[in-house]
Amino acid sequence: MSVETAAHAVLRGVTRVYPGASPVYALGPLDLDLARGEFFSVVGPSGCGKSTLLDVLAGLSAPTAGSIVFEGKPVVGQVPDGVGVVFQEDSSFPWLTVRDNVAFGLRRIGMDGAEIARRVEYAVGFMGLADFAGSYPAQLSGGMRQRVCIARTLVLQPRLILLDEPFGALDQQTRLLMGDELLRLWRETGATVLLITHALDEAAMLSDRVGVMSSRPGRFIDMVDTGWNRDRDSRIVADPAFGAITARLWSSLRTESMKAIGRG
Amino acid sequence: MSRQGKIVWARWSVSLGLAGLLEAACRLGFVPKLQVIPPSEMIAAMVELLQTEEVLDNVVQTFSTVGLAFGSAVVCGFVLGAIFHGLPRVRRAIDPLLASYYSVPIFVFYPLLVALFGLNSMPLIAIGFLAAVPAMLIATLLGLDRVPPVLRRVARMHRLGWGRTAALVILPAALPNLFQGVKLSLAYAFIGVIAGEFILSPGGLGYSIAFAYESFENRTMYGLMLFVLLSAVLVNALLSSWESRLLRRRGRG
Repeated sequence: MSVETAAHAVLRGVTRVYPGASPVYALGPLDLDLARGEFFSVVGPSGCGKSTLLDVLAGLSAPTAGSIVFEGKPVVGQVPDGVGVVFQEDSSFPWLTVRDNVAFGLRRIGMDGAEIARRVEYAVGFMGLADFAGSYPAQLSGGMRQRVCIARTLVLQPRLILLDEPFGALDQQTRLLMGDELLRLWRETGATVLLITHALDEAAMLSDRVGVMSSRPGRFIDMVDTGWNRDRDSRIVADPAFGAITARLWSSLRTESMKAIGRG
Repeated sequence: MSRQGKIVWARWSVSLGLAGLLEAACRLGFVPKLQVIPPSEMIAAMVELLQTEEVLDNVVQTFSTVGLAFGSAVVCGFVLGAIFHGLPRVRRAIDPLLASYYSVPIFVFYPLLVALFGLNSMPLIAIGFLAAVPAMLIATLLGLDRVPPVLRRVARMHRLGWGRTAALVILPAALPNLFQGVKLSLAYAFIGVIAGEFILSPGGLGYSIAFAYESFENRTMYGLMLFVLLSAVLVNALLSSWESRLLRRRGRG
């Protein structure tokens, strides 16, 4: 069996150039195979094209060159069925309650009301929002609003979850706890996860594998297998291996980060 | 008492206090009756006038003119705002015109409007429309500018088409600004129509106030003025209460 059919998502020679008077070479050429059920994180210097990578993989923007295949089908022009995206910014709808936010995607596809209620109840409970189902996002903390956004994606039962720095705006303690929630979600759903993050410790703690990107145009310069068990949680930050993984990520990334701030 | 309750109480206290002072000043002769009549008489005059067929006809005429001017301004302002938002070059060209629009006294166009539409209510509707439409247009542009880009991306993630994105994401996100536009348009349409009737029209509440003023009928003039004032305040209060309920949900009230 070829790699393209065995892997859950495959990127080959993906390049993204933003045209203009002086074109911006944002990404690639870049290859990546995501195994089914894998937790893969991407770290890289600011502006290296991490979010661009997520956008092209999600079908939110088209690559300038190269191909993206998800579950054997090319990704062209729109978000494929089975892919869910959680964005960095708060993307909850302020005019809807938590329950209606979570049900948003299901109502759009015309699902039966009882099934919507069942799925929403599960997702809201899973994300610890059961007591706030009738609240509006403005009544919740930043972390809870991000959980609403995750629940809104989770409820669609995606097989590939793409997360663009979803905890970027949260404090360190909340991020660790949200990381635990994310691992629990990943274990229970069996979905493949691609996490974009600028936090090396977050990538080291959550992932099976971490891809380190170069400065723009972003390419993978290192792939780090963490070797963690599937039932890990945030307590592994006390494991000596955690420090070693974080150190390796930083040693791969340091020169590229210096380039990104003009000191390379 | 809640903070909001205290604000309402203070607002009513100041309004009633000022009305009480005016009442006392009029009754004690500090203010000549030929200039201002006591507020209690204004209320009595308003109640009496609202029972006459002539005034009721004028009320219907003015309010229907305002309604038509306001409705068409909201629809056109919204549609034009949405079009200009989608055409950045056109928008850049009209931005200076919009910025200086309210420095133009639109009443100077009345003769032109009469020539175009004839001696009927259309010129007044047009005056109200011209006064109100930029408010809605600008509010629409602002509202659409302020829709967080991430919400459009969420719509794409849910594979919503253009129409559903507009109806389910863009419009609800822009609603607070659109509501401001509706409120301002109503106020401007009201001002445009009443002022137009005052100086240009042979009918309506504005005309009746002007006629009473010229005939030294202070009771009629103040009664009608009070009615116009109360109508404007009431409609504005209703819209404001609706708006604050909407914003409270979004944590902005």
